[in-house]
Amino acid sequence: MTEKRIRVLIAKPGLDGHDRGAKVIARALMDAGMEVIYTGLRQTPEMIAEAALQEDVDVVGLSILSGAHNALVPAIIEKLHSSGLTNIKVFVGGIIPEPDIAGLLDLGVKAVYGPGTDTQTIIADIQHAMQRSSR
Amino acid sequence: MPQIDPIAIRQGDRLALSRALTMIENNAPESRALQSALFPFTGHAHLIGVTGAPGAGKSTLVNQLAMGLRQGKEGQPAPKVAIIAVDPTSPFTGGALLGDRIRMGGLAGDKGIFIRSMASRGVLGGLASHTAAFVTILDSAGFDLIIIETIGAGQAEVGIASLAHTVVVVEAPGMGDDIQAIKAGILEIADIIVVNKADRLGAENTIRALRVMLEMAQGKSGAFDIKGKHGLDALLPTIKEKQKPQPGWIPPIHTTIATEGQGIAPLIEDILRHGEHLAHTGEWQQKEAARLRRDIQALIRNTLLDQWWQKQDENQFEEILADVLQRKYSPLEAVERLL
Ligand SMILES: Nc1nc2c(ncn2[C@@H]2O[C@H](COP(=O)(O)OP(=O)(O)OP(=O)(O)O)[C@@H](O)[C@H]2O)c(=O)[nH]1
Ligand SMILES: [Mg+2]
Repeated sequence: MTEKRIRVLIAKPGLDGHDRGAKVIARALMDAGMEVIYTGLRQTPEMIAEAALQEDVDVVGLSILSGAHNALVPAIIEKLHSSGLTNIKVFVGGIIPEPDIAGLLDLGVKAVYGPGTDTQTIIADIQHAMQRSSR
Repeated sequence: MPQIDPIAIRQGDRLALSRALTMIENNAPESRALQSALFPFTGHAHLIGVTGAPGAGKSTLVNQLAMGLRQGKEGQPAPKVAIIAVDPTSPFTGGALLGDRIRMGGLAGDKGIFIRSMASRGVLGGLASHTAAFVTILDSAGFDLIIIETIGAGQAEVGIASLAHTVVVVEAPGMGDDIQAIKAGILEIADIIVVNKADRLGAENTIRALRVMLEMAQGKSGAFDIKGKHGLDALLPTIKEKQKPQPGWIPPIHTTIATEGQGIAPLIEDILRHGEHLAHTGEWQQKEAARLRRDIQALIRNTLLDQWWQKQDENQFEEILADVLQRKYSPLEAVERLL
């Protein structure tokens, strides 16, 4: 009688000052039946990995508007792995220039979403990634 | 799901701890053996319930409390603090937005702290049993204080608050929830009352109103004749327990500005003093006994129900249901046929 729910951490690393987009995503994932932990602005890679560990999330969604993704994402993935969280699925949303996307995917990021991505796409991707890993 | 070594949890392995909590939430069968293995190592932690209307400032206050508690007393090692932050599951989608951590940034990077957000998941009675199981795991992992944040709405929530040794009820001025609080029986379960947002207009009025209500409640509980098991009383046996006179403990009213850390030190002092009071008067033991009694009773109920369903022929149930629908006989008679 296992009753598993998908748990997602939505985090905003770096210094950008608003989190409207992150909140819209959080809300959409909740409406899709997921449990969404939201941690607020200005999270360091350490804080994100710590929250992911304590909350035992399946998915980490990073919202990055500041342009610092090439520094932040590797640092966060490194912290997740060194905390033993090697199975977590990482998604990135925000303003990511096209040439940088391949590099992020190479790091193990599942998908990168630009502004205006349909939330249904993100929901479907998360559900798909979870199904694949539970097999 | 892979097995979790109880020894890893007792040795402070945070990943194992976190995974164990997930198992419990998911009702994974493996979690039962784990709880049983860890139970002998529990009974040490001071459980603190923090409850009150949405937006009263509970999370901000919990952040401050935990920071303050981590300072410890002079010459003693700093206590380890765990936080269980409960938020409601949407009854429509089954999803939840768990935002309490936003206010708990002050605790980041402290390995003596463990924060876990929990969705209520709407299972009847499930929330209370999951919370109790969380407490077992965290207690055995060596956390000295376990703070449980819940909104004080609904009976299940009040039930969780009364799981705690010390219940802190948080109010804020101008929220118009005073009457609400009384309705939910929340003042009756308070060991300590906090009027937060003391920087806001109307704080004085809230304090005055609470004083009056508290005096009324105390006066009433003496003369209150609680009869039988119906209505609220049957649902909330814990309130009855609370209404027994607590010798020497009158719930103090504190005022705080959680966002600025004001009023926190005296509040912490009273929380710890309440724990000592319980220990001295023997109430700690009584509460433990009452809690475990309820736990065991709930387990018996659930286990019997599960066993019965496993043996029950589903078709027969549907047939009898159809008969009841046609008013051939009553639900009571249906049960007689089924059992
Ligand atoms: N002015 C003022 N604002 C406060 C105080 N304490 C908390 N707040 C603010 O009140 C809002 C709600 O605070 P939270 O700590 O999230 O309240 P909560 O009771 O945990 O809310 P829920 O978990 O949603 O029920 C936030 O914007 C806080 O910054 C205070 O003492 N004074
Ligand atoms: Mg809160």
